[in-house]
Amino acid sequence: MPVERTSSRSTHIWSTAGLPVLGAVLAVALWWLATKAFNIEPFFLPAPPDVVDAFLRLPDYLLREAWVTLLETVTGFGIAAVGGLAIAILLAASRTVERMTLPLIAGINAVPKVALAPLLLVWIGFGTQPKIVMVVLLCFFPILVSAMAGLTSTPNDLSELANSLAASWWQTFVKVRLPWALPQVFVGLKVATSLAIVGAIIGEVIQPDRGLGSVVVSSGQSADTPLAFAALTLLALMGAGLFYLVGALERILVPWARAISS
Amino acid sequence: MINLSEVSRTFKSRTGTVKALENINLDIRDGEFMAVIGRSGCGKSTLLRLIAGLIPQSAGDVRVGGEPVTRPRRDVAMMFQRPALLPWRTVLGNVLLPVEIFRWHRSEHRDHAMRLLEMTGLDGFAKRLPHELSGGMQQRVSLCRALIQRPKVLLMDEPFSALDALTREEMAAELQRIHMDLGTTVVFVTHSIQEAVLLADRVAVLSARPGRLQRLVDIDIPRPRSFGHNAHMDQVAACSAELHQLLLGDDYSPDGAKSSDLPV
Repeated sequence: MPVERTSSRSTHIWSTAGLPVLGAVLAVALWWLATKAFNIEPFFLPAPPDVVDAFLRLPDYLLREAWVTLLETVTGFGIAAVGGLAIAILLAASRTVERMTLPLIAGINAVPKVALAPLLLVWIGFGTQPKIVMVVLLCFFPILVSAMAGLTSTPNDLSELANSLAASWWQTFVKVRLPWALPQVFVGLKVATSLAIVGAIIGEVIQPDRGLGSVVVSSGQSADTPLAFAALTLLALMGAGLFYLVGALERILVPWARAISS
Repeated sequence: MINLSEVSRTFKSRTGTVKALENINLDIRDGEFMAVIGRSGCGKSTLLRLIAGLIPQSAGDVRVGGEPVTRPRRDVAMMFQRPALLPWRTVLGNVLLPVEIFRWHRSEHRDHAMRLLEMTGLDGFAKRLPHELSGGMQQRVSLCRALIQRPKVLLMDEPFSALDALTREEMAAELQRIHMDLGTTVVFVTHSIQEAVLLADRVAVLSARPGRLQRLVDIDIPRPRSFGHNAHMDQVAACSAELHQLLLGDDYSPDGAKSSDLPV
């Protein structure tokens, strides 16, 4: 069936850009209203202007620390994405290896990663590296599991088509299985974007030297709640940004996925 | 072109072994259109997969062009019930898939692909993605993809059964035209008597469980044949009646006519 073009371009822009912005504005307004209506102390829950003030008080400091966290997040995410995909391809290549390692992977995945943070201190020491490792630990499994799911979900009719053309294993993999898996891979990547930030912050809270996580820790110690909220707001923006970036990449690489899933 | 002698195929299942096909002897001539008809579960698709080299026979001998079939051949193309198109490839990209798999030169077959699309009324859709097409158009793309191999044998596994009634008739008429043009040997699995009578030179009727060759029925109606009103309606009715009786038993026979007396 030809694509329906009932909605005009302007309503399209409104629904993809306008509505999310409207949602965010409404949420902030509600937050503000709550602090006013219940007369909440800024020490307990700062109102939006308090948070903006806190940011304007120390913009260089906050942005510098945000940059540290962003680098840890993106580096760890990148390593986890490449590693997770590579391992998924390896596992999907051989039933034997898959059967051998899947319970192991499920087991390791069930280990709470936060519990590993003290060990990372022992193994790697201080600095940004243990934080990157924590990001990788959190991101790796959702990426791996979703990529595996995608690679093992090739529809029967497409496998049979490849068979009937006497396609080699590699040809089937590159031309059928891998492209078919891409939408699932992106599901994992999107989940992993927020986990990446969580991982970076766990690392920074446990070893508060640099990054927004350490800002939250030190502002807690000095009872500067608005500053903590400024850091948290930056984290939220970072998370939303990464999520939409991966989403945009998905639209470019697998534009057909939405059409067949609807 | 295709020779099956004493071919059997059994499948192992949890409840034991199931005989899907038993002792099939069938010779399909070069350029012939052979319809294979039977009720569900009679092993029609199994028969096709044996000829395609997708599964091995349990006993007997399967030959295409005189050679025993051991694996899929490039001059044998298969078309399935579902279009099985790659959703990320354009129509043209899908048609050219076999060319890529066979490591032929894309540029040499592009024109051929465009001609096939034109022949099936899909020129102008070459750059579209499959989900933008209707079911009938998708199945046409699937047909083009099979024909790009320039197959000597075209194996079709209920290719129109997922389409609506009118599209089915349209597609069947189109397939007849393409077969008359190209002269490819076709094995066409269906459970539509109407399609079998319109398309086939001969119809192989399979009985179910185990699948045996019950009867070979010649359809000696001049081509091009058409649905609806035409000069050979009596013959069409006679052939249809015979196939009905073979498939559904005596109780379905119209006013007790004996099928063996019918002129075919």
